[in-house]
Amino acid sequence: MSRTTALFVAAMLGCTSFATLDARADDGVAKGDTSAKKIAFSNSYAGNSFRQVMIKSFEEMGAKAVADKQVAATAVVSSNNSVTEQASQIENLILQGYDAIIVLAGSDTALNGAIKDACNAGITVVAFASGVTEPCAYVVDYNLDSYAKAELDFISSKLGDKPANILEIRGMAGDGFDKRLHEGVEKAMKAHASYKAVGEVYGQWTATVAQKEVSGILPSLPQVDAVLTQGGDGYGAAQAFKAANRPLPIIIMGNRQDELALWKQEHDASGYETFSLGATPSVSQVAFWVAQQILAGKQVPKFVEVPLLQINQPDLDAWLKTVPAGGVVNAEYPQELVAKIIDANAKKEPLPGVPAPK
Amino acid sequence: MSDAAARAPARSSSKARPALLNALQVGLPAIALLVMLAIIFSIRPAAMSYFGFHLLFKLSVPLVFAALAQMMVIMLGDIDLSNGAFVGLITCVTALYLQDAPALALLCYLVLIAVYAGFGLLIHSRQLPSIIVTLGMSFIWLGIAVILLPAPGGSAPAWLASFMSWQPPLMPLSIWLAALAALAGHLVISRSSYGVVLRGAGGNPRAVERAGWSVIGIRVAVYAAAGLLACLAGLTLTGLTTSGDANVAPAYTLLGVGAVILGGGAFTGGVVSPVGTVVGALTLSLAGSLLSFLQVPPTWQIGAQGVILFLVLAGRVLLSERAR
Repeated sequence: MSRTTALFVAAMLGCTSFATLDARADDGVAKGDTSAKKIAFSNSYAGNSFRQVMIKSFEEMGAKAVADKQVAATAVVSSNNSVTEQASQIENLILQGYDAIIVLAGSDTALNGAIKDACNAGITVVAFASGVTEPCAYVVDYNLDSYAKAELDFISSKLGDKPANILEIRGMAGDGFDKRLHEGVEKAMKAHASYKAVGEVYGQWTATVAQKEVSGILPSLPQVDAVLTQGGDGYGAAQAFKAANRPLPIIIMGNRQDELALWKQEHDASGYETFSLGATPSVSQVAFWVAQQILAGKQVPKFVEVPLLQINQPDLDAWLKTVPAGGVVNAEYPQELVAKIIDANAKKEPLPGVPAPK
Repeated sequence: MSDAAARAPARSSSKARPALLNALQVGLPAIALLVMLAIIFSIRPAAMSYFGFHLLFKLSVPLVFAALAQMMVIMLGDIDLSNGAFVGLITCVTALYLQDAPALALLCYLVLIAVYAGFGLLIHSRQLPSIIVTLGMSFIWLGIAVILLPAPGGSAPAWLASFMSWQPPLMPLSIWLAALAALAGHLVISRSSYGVVLRGAGGNPRAVERAGWSVIGIRVAVYAAAGLLACLAGLTLTGLTTSGDANVAPAYTLLGVGAVILGGGAFTGGVVSPVGTVVGALTLSLAGSLLSFLQVPPTWQIGAQGVILFLVLAGRVLLSERAR
């Protein structure tokens, strides 16, 4: 019996080891033939708009890759936030003979057994936007230290080393994302000794909550020069400053449509300039191409940091046109861009930005 | 599938049933299981191997034990809504302590099983509805689990993880364990004379009491057995996932109930079939797999799984109507 197993595993290993034989550490897109490879997406939850856009981004990119003969097939399976079901779905994907599985994990640890099975069967596993701890998986994720650093770097590009008062709008108390981003802010603040954190409120990534909280703290604050945000809270913060008849500080925006519209309106009226950044649901496309590139024989580091989508003044109009009212900026991650992201990670160079739409 | 005969003492009218319909009813989940396997094998012939069965049924082991735990409680005419949360708690205890402090882990298991038996006693002595007590307990289990392990983590002892990935001769471990559990359940619940008393305590407690048995004692013992089986579910699950997670198994509660009913049990108490429950649990865990083999679009998968469950259950209800 164990011989059949060994044969099965050996057959699967054979597929991938062929690809790795001609592996090159060269830059750019690896051209190994992946036209017979199948890539599946195991998703933990499909019940909100962010995840729906994420699945759609994957399916569109997958359909295009199939049409271009870059892969043979793609598939998406979603479990209803049930970790055990996601684990058994991963076992099924192994059986169905996929060559790579990208995973948005419902738990950082509980899928380790299933992911290890997949690796043992010679399948490339790429986990993204979640901290899967199984070492055989490749991880594709944002770095929240970079998020905070980018915010402060923009502020210092405008204000220089002059003393400045900074207000931080955080997400939600006890939340993991909020905690990690705040730690990033604390680290980044150390590099700017002249900046002073004058206040901290919880805006829950929501314009109305942020407006209420900022309005509440403003009377107790001296002049505020810049506001750090976590996305979704910039518009509310601006409304609070306006209502208090205070000059608008540099408010970092979070790629929401209302934030970009307000920024454009203020820019047209008074030349106001700021900066916007955030995560994109289409990070699923990055994971897809990372998996494809590994199958094509590219050397990929175990952790691939994804650049945040950053919007600067010159690109504002172009981005604003692409966002539906009430939506979040999304972007396409084509194969060449992902290859550049991988190269930058491998060489520990600055990550390439996501180009603005034309 | 001969437990229909063993169930006869609990139901006096069963002799009148047409034998074929009766066999069909008990065999229905088994037929559904075979149909699903046939579909999967026709899509992916490679799955028809030791390795294929190993992967297909790997994660059904904990569900089999959780369903048997649920079966014990349903046998008494109660229902246990804390089952899934309890399994989650056991995974946390196992991942935290079993490696470094096995004595502490064993003590935890014993205390937790005692608490299980304790609220079985409470339900009986105060005549409380089990659905309320166990719903409350589910939050207590979850609360303790989150206090012990605020974020998923810990690690399963190496021996447990390697046992769960052990590949014994003839059949994969999951099938061995399911078969052994079904056989043990069949011998104890459906065949032995003590099993008749246990089922009687759910079907007709007064008669059992009159016959000189202590219903309180039976109920406490059955709840303790349910706790023990849920412990086994948690242990095997930790071996598979190699870590602890308080929120790993809430779905087991209702999947377990589904497996018991699918396998020929009834909420009235006294009517359960261990073999049917095990087959029911395997069927339910395969239903999700079937959909991913059929490549049902993700937005439809959750609903489609419900439809499969509905069809099999409806088929069973229809057959039992006919049989009456």
